[in-house]
Amino acid sequence: MSTASSVQTAPATAPAVSLQGVTKRFDQVTAVQSLTLTVQPGELYGVIGPDGAGKTTLFRTVVTLLAPDEGTTTVLGLDTVRDYRALRNRLGYMPGRFALYPDLSVRENLSFYATVFGTTVADGMRIIEPIWRQLSEFSDRRAGALSGGMKQKLALCCALVHAPDLLVLDEPTTGVDAVSRVEFWELLGRLRDGGLTIMVSTPYMDEAARCDRVALMQGGRVLRVDTPAALAQSYPLPLFALRSGGERLHLLRTLREFPHAASVWPFGEDLHYTDRRAGLSPSVVLSEASAWLAQHGFSDVQMRPIVASVEDVFMQLATAVPQAA
Amino acid sequence: MRTPNAPVAIDARELTRRFGTFTAVNAITFSVQRGEVFGFLGANGAGKTTAMRMLIGLLAPTSGSATVAGLDVERDSEGVRRRIGYMSQRFSLYDDLTVQENIRLFGGLYGLDDHTIRERGDALIERIGLHHARRNLVRRLPLGWRQQLAFSVALLHEPQVLFLDEPTGGVDPITRRQFWELIYDTANTGTTVLVTTHYLDEAEYCDRLTIMVDGAIAAAGSPGAVKSEFGASSLDEVFLRLTRPQVTA
Repeated sequence: MSTASSVQTAPATAPAVSLQGVTKRFDQVTAVQSLTLTVQPGELYGVIGPDGAGKTTLFRTVVTLLAPDEGTTTVLGLDTVRDYRALRNRLGYMPGRFALYPDLSVRENLSFYATVFGTTVADGMRIIEPIWRQLSEFSDRRAGALSGGMKQKLALCCALVHAPDLLVLDEPTTGVDAVSRVEFWELLGRLRDGGLTIMVSTPYMDEAARCDRVALMQGGRVLRVDTPAALAQSYPLPLFALRSGGERLHLLRTLREFPHAASVWPFGEDLHYTDRRAGLSPSVVLSEASAWLAQHGFSDVQMRPIVASVEDVFMQLATAVPQAA
Repeated sequence: MRTPNAPVAIDARELTRRFGTFTAVNAITFSVQRGEVFGFLGANGAGKTTAMRMLIGLLAPTSGSATVAGLDVERDSEGVRRRIGYMSQRFSLYDDLTVQENIRLFGGLYGLDDHTIRERGDALIERIGLHHARRNLVRRLPLGWRQQLAFSVALLHEPQVLFLDEPTGGVDPITRRQFWELIYDTANTGTTVLVTTHYLDEAEYCDRLTIMVDGAIAAAGSPGAVKSEFGASSLDEVFLRLTRPQVTA
């Protein structure tokens, strides 16, 4: 199957990552269940889901740190269990927890990782230069004394210094403020534009738009894989945004009592309303829901049909399938 | 809800904290009314945590002053801590204790007597539907329940002001929203809530908010007022403009 020689003869379109029916259990807990997914070379592939969805188990399987109980994982044409030694040199992995040496300086951490992978900082600079530029003024600071955003950038440099063929980032933006998150995604976009294949996980649904394709995960399973645009189009029921001058919680609870309501959730300033009647024209839903709200004292409601966000899609899928305990 | 002439629950006046030559919190002045849900926003390192540590009586101000639930945070930090509740995503409950043990421990720490702990503890367990799991280790509970429990435990001593430090990080989008309904219900009973979050859509759910930049308050008001002041369509946009002016200028 996937020996080193078959890698060289593999067609250019061979997937960078391929999971076939991967299951991993810890005691009685099934962390991931029959996962099947493929990542194409050059893709920025997002894995999106809350804590406990199985993202970290999935990623640790891909980077050869966990062997699946069932199924196979092939990365860059190599089997993650049998060929783990050959594979490790070709992977860059940034774990969810800050895993650098806090009492080494920024520069010392980078040199250490370069040495471990048998390369030098000078050689790696070709890849990491755009990120290093934002870090170099702190190069003598202890890594433990960096801000959250700077720690992320250093960890990214250390994961990239040996020019890997696949970059795997486990929740790089969790706990990072909105501004640093935007900057970090801009960096990932530039790396992808340079041809690097990237797998990245996040609990932030709004980050899905930055990916070429995303897998939505919950309870150890993949709910759906698609491009962000196709996900938005896949929403199966009539969806609306609404607001009123009245008390928001009251509006939300009133609308939930509407007999045709599938769900009502706050989304920033608005509420999002999903009607359970698939295929019904928006204007009919609008007039019926408005009439119901007016009857209950909300006469100033502004309501309009909207295209679903990834978060709408996730919530709809998560409630449509039974959740694993 | 915010109502005119409601009593003030938090009142910070020129509150300042320096560490050596570094000014972490620079003369911030703001007030929060009783029953308000108040958003406390800012980038990492903007000074939110330092400010919050002063307000909950864990860190003395270098200058300026603040009262919380009517007490001075510096002169009466003990009293302040008795009148407030605190919950964070990172630490709130002991994972290796059961649900009941956590309630007993925190009830004791808050100085409640055994009878009150049992009464309020039972009511709490019933309310969030954890009766069947009351002898389970907290570590074994699904995250959503753990979070509801942490929230309820932080309210066990019926504090006047509740501080929530990133309570919804990493939580799925449905649980996150259910949690905000819990916040609203609590505020509607007159408890004041000060909350930090990295989800700017959640900032829209606050009655009023401040955005800190480099230790100072750079924007303050209702979500609507802040947006119109900056001519922005979302708080995301306001946040980016304040914290990364070189890009949006």
